[in-house]
Amino acid sequence: MDTGYQGWRGAAHDLAGDREVFRVPWGKAMMWIFLLSDTFIFGSFLTGYMSVRIATTTGWPNPSEVFALTLGGVHLPLILIAIMTFVLISSSGTMAMAVNFGYRRDRRRCAQLMFATAACGAIFVSMQAFEWSKLIAEGVRPWGNPMGAAQFGASFFMITGFHGLHVSAGVIYLLIVARRVLSGYYEKAGDYSIVEIAGLYWHFVDLVWVFIFALFYLW
Amino acid sequence: MDHAAGGLGIYFKVWGLLFLLSALSYLVDFFHVQSYLRWTLILSLMMAKAGLIVAVFMHLRWERLALICLVVIPPAALLVLAGMMVAESDYVFLTRSLYFR
Repeated sequence: MDTGYQGWRGAAHDLAGDREVFRVPWGKAMMWIFLLSDTFIFGSFLTGYMSVRIATTTGWPNPSEVFALTLGGVHLPLILIAIMTFVLISSSGTMAMAVNFGYRRDRRRCAQLMFATAACGAIFVSMQAFEWSKLIAEGVRPWGNPMGAAQFGASFFMITGFHGLHVSAGVIYLLIVARRVLSGYYEKAGDYSIVEIAGLYWHFVDLVWVFIFALFYLW
Repeated sequence: MDHAAGGLGIYFKVWGLLFLLSALSYLVDFFHVQSYLRWTLILSLMMAKAGLIVAVFMHLRWERLALICLVVIPPAALLVLAGMMVAESDYVFLTRSLYFR
């Protein structure tokens, strides 16, 4: 139902309604509220990390060097994280297009793009597993590391671990929804908004990575 | 939902723009830009990317204002928390430097 009111008048009208506030499918409103709660979890993690980093009296390891790789004889600082960022952004692009094809009721294209999104997510998690193994082999632990401030390990494993968990859950979520899109499950109900809702979750995972990339790796 | 069934052009544009902004953030590190310039660049590139993702990919710019307020206002409170924790951790650093070194 649309009241015809837009802008602040519309917002006041929506909030004053005695039945429902958000005039969107209930699943979409619930996903937004869930993502809001997740924002506070990641916000607290990043704020906590910032606090311990400012408060350490020993030097913080230089992320640019910690995450450097030597590829083909060339030493590249932070290259692994840069590749991970591009993979995740690409997955967001394919997801946005999957939503579009969902609303056009192009089942095959929609499912294909969702599978591509899930594949990018899986590649991202694999690279993170490689990154974790490398750091663990170098002696980084949640309680200390050979490169400097002990809090580095705790922040790194907590923040990237929680984000990686979100990506992994998202890959499973997308695969389930994509399979149902392909099988015509949503065709019968005539409602493809679940694709957009799954997309919201996926874009949020990318959004969180934007903040982690800037505040953890580039600081 | 009408917007979502529109053309794909805007998604390709945003995708390209996100690539460009990420490449610029990487170059900030690659060329060892330091101090306040580094912070200005990193944070503004971060906010530009976040804004593009939320506004276009998550369709927020096409939503009703009540939903936009729900999504934008509460996280702004996190900035207050972050500001308070900066002040607190500066103090912790100061006392640690004085007594525990």
